[in-house]
Amino acid sequence: MSFKFTEENLKRIEEERKKYPESLAAVMPAIYIAQEQNGYITNEVMAEIADVLGIDKVDVLGVVTFYTMFHTKPVGKYHIQVCTNVSCMLRGGYEIWEQVKNKLGVDNMGVTPDGKFSIEEVECMGACGYAPMIAVNEDYYENLTKEKVEEILNSLK
Amino acid sequence: MERIVLPEIPNLNQIDVYLQNGGFEAAKKAFSQSPDDIIDQVKKSGLRGRGGAAFSTGLKWSFMPKTTDMPKYLCINGDESEPGSFKDRQIFEYNPFQLIEGVIIACYAIGANTAYLYIRGEYHKWIKLMQQAIDTAYEKGYLGEKMKNTFGVDFYCDLYIHKGAGAYICGEESSLMNSIEGKRGYPRVKPPFPAQKGLWGCPTTINNVETITNVPPIISKGWEWFSKIGAPKHPGTLLFGISGHVNKPGVYELPTGILLTELIYDVAGGVPGNKKIKCVIPGGSSMPPLRGDRLEGVRMDAESLKEAGSAIGTGGVIVMDEDTNLLKVLLRITHFYHHESCGQCTPCREGTGWMEKILKRIDQGNGTSKDLDLLVSVAQNIEGNTICALGDAAAWPVKFMIQRFRDEFEKYVKPQVVIPVPNKVHSMRFTKIALDDIVLKS
Repeated sequence: MSFKFTEENLKRIEEERKKYPESLAAVMPAIYIAQEQNGYITNEVMAEIADVLGIDKVDVLGVVTFYTMFHTKPVGKYHIQVCTNVSCMLRGGYEIWEQVKNKLGVDNMGVTPDGKFSIEEVECMGACGYAPMIAVNEDYYENLTKEKVEEILNSLK
Repeated sequence: MERIVLPEIPNLNQIDVYLQNGGFEAAKKAFSQSPDDIIDQVKKSGLRGRGGAAFSTGLKWSFMPKTTDMPKYLCINGDESEPGSFKDRQIFEYNPFQLIEGVIIACYAIGANTAYLYIRGEYHKWIKLMQQAIDTAYEKGYLGEKMKNTFGVDFYCDLYIHKGAGAYICGEESSLMNSIEGKRGYPRVKPPFPAQKGLWGCPTTINNVETITNVPPIISKGWEWFSKIGAPKHPGTLLFGISGHVNKPGVYELPTGILLTELIYDVAGGVPGNKKIKCVIPGGSSMPPLRGDRLEGVRMDAESLKEAGSAIGTGGVIVMDEDTNLLKVLLRITHFYHHESCGQCTPCREGTGWMEKILKRIDQGNGTSKDLDLLVSVAQNIEGNTICALGDAAAWPVKFMIQRFRDEFEKYVKPQVVIPVPNKVHSMRFTKIALDDIVLKS
């Protein structure tokens, strides 16, 4: 299955390129845009990014595999990230992690069979003073209790 | 106490409110002076970096070459991935225009026309808020070519956000530059330092978000005013992020040199259930931890914490009460550094994994006291032997936690009884005998 950027996304990539003296520097913004369009990054997506930016595909591959926010496999409609690093851990981060895992019936980086949820145990999210926390897609939920987590998960349609 | 970085002014994130409160006056004042004067004032103010190393900001700026044909760059580090550190996001949210004004002054001082603000990718909300502020600044003529008219000077600068994508190592300055260049975030060997060879081989200065936000008040109120706040050798205020076992965790802006006990008990409301403190990490997870019974008299500035056997780092204070299992904490910290090691240097790539494995072995009940010495030994072999400071950051918690809390860790390991057998020929050989916990030295 081949991948092509939409016209609008091509314009967005062009805008990103203008910020840097070399087009290689626009690779991270381009991967984000591709991920937004396709959901995750495949070989075809990487080839298209390389083509659009006029760089080597291996440069795209190197970046995609280095950073944890780029996904090479599909994630759920709601990607739930649970922080268990030390500040969250001290305030019940692992209890929240177990709760989310049990509720959704999948383990780390797993996707529910209906494709609605995926979960990820993540490193520090910069919410230490408001721990424990989870992130659902782009939104942070902080100062959580088990009841609040239950409420958040139930509210996701 | 006056707050410098996060003043108590409602809606300061709106440009009109910022302007009503003296916004961009410092930049105007800066443009009436020479770049060298600005650098001199920042140097004399005693402002030190707020990102970890606490290096003199003015001195760092002065390293930028004066005569060069190459473009110069400013990078502002808002990667903020150190566990325990969550201060910069408050600036993005509540005081973005002071950060932008700081960027303008810094760019003018070092002669840069382009600045990149590196923000961790997970901060979607704060990236949006900061981008809105940048767009407004462009619109109103405080950034870009329009600046020439607004300020009536022959100078302009552009400010772009570069969004990270989940790699702690990108908070290290040379990895951050590689990441902006669109590469894997591998640290670079130094020298050459960024001021000689930074972004795309050009002279580059890298400052923390909080550091840059401190600059406008220094210019508008004078370096003398700033240098009198807080600890004499580390003046100003700090955004202390307090997390863990305290009643009121959060970010507090306070003068440097405040007592750590005051910070925990008076500011952060003490420990839940009035429990005793077992351990405090004063400046983010990579800094050497302090024993709870040795906190009296410890002050929160670079010099005092050095004397106390730790470091100020990012000012991210993590408090652990008497019931905390330090083995679990250290295992979690070590897992983090293993996960985040970029893999370039063997001592870090391998050593962080070994430390995690040994700690797991202890956690599963299969460790002996010899493992504790082994952990310290592995940590010491990582420390100082890597390209960047992630090696030290991984080694220090292990080394100091075990050295300072040996009694705690002994609880989780089996004692190793070594029985010396007088046999000169085989004196170097160790044979494990059937008794589980006894090693026979034969």
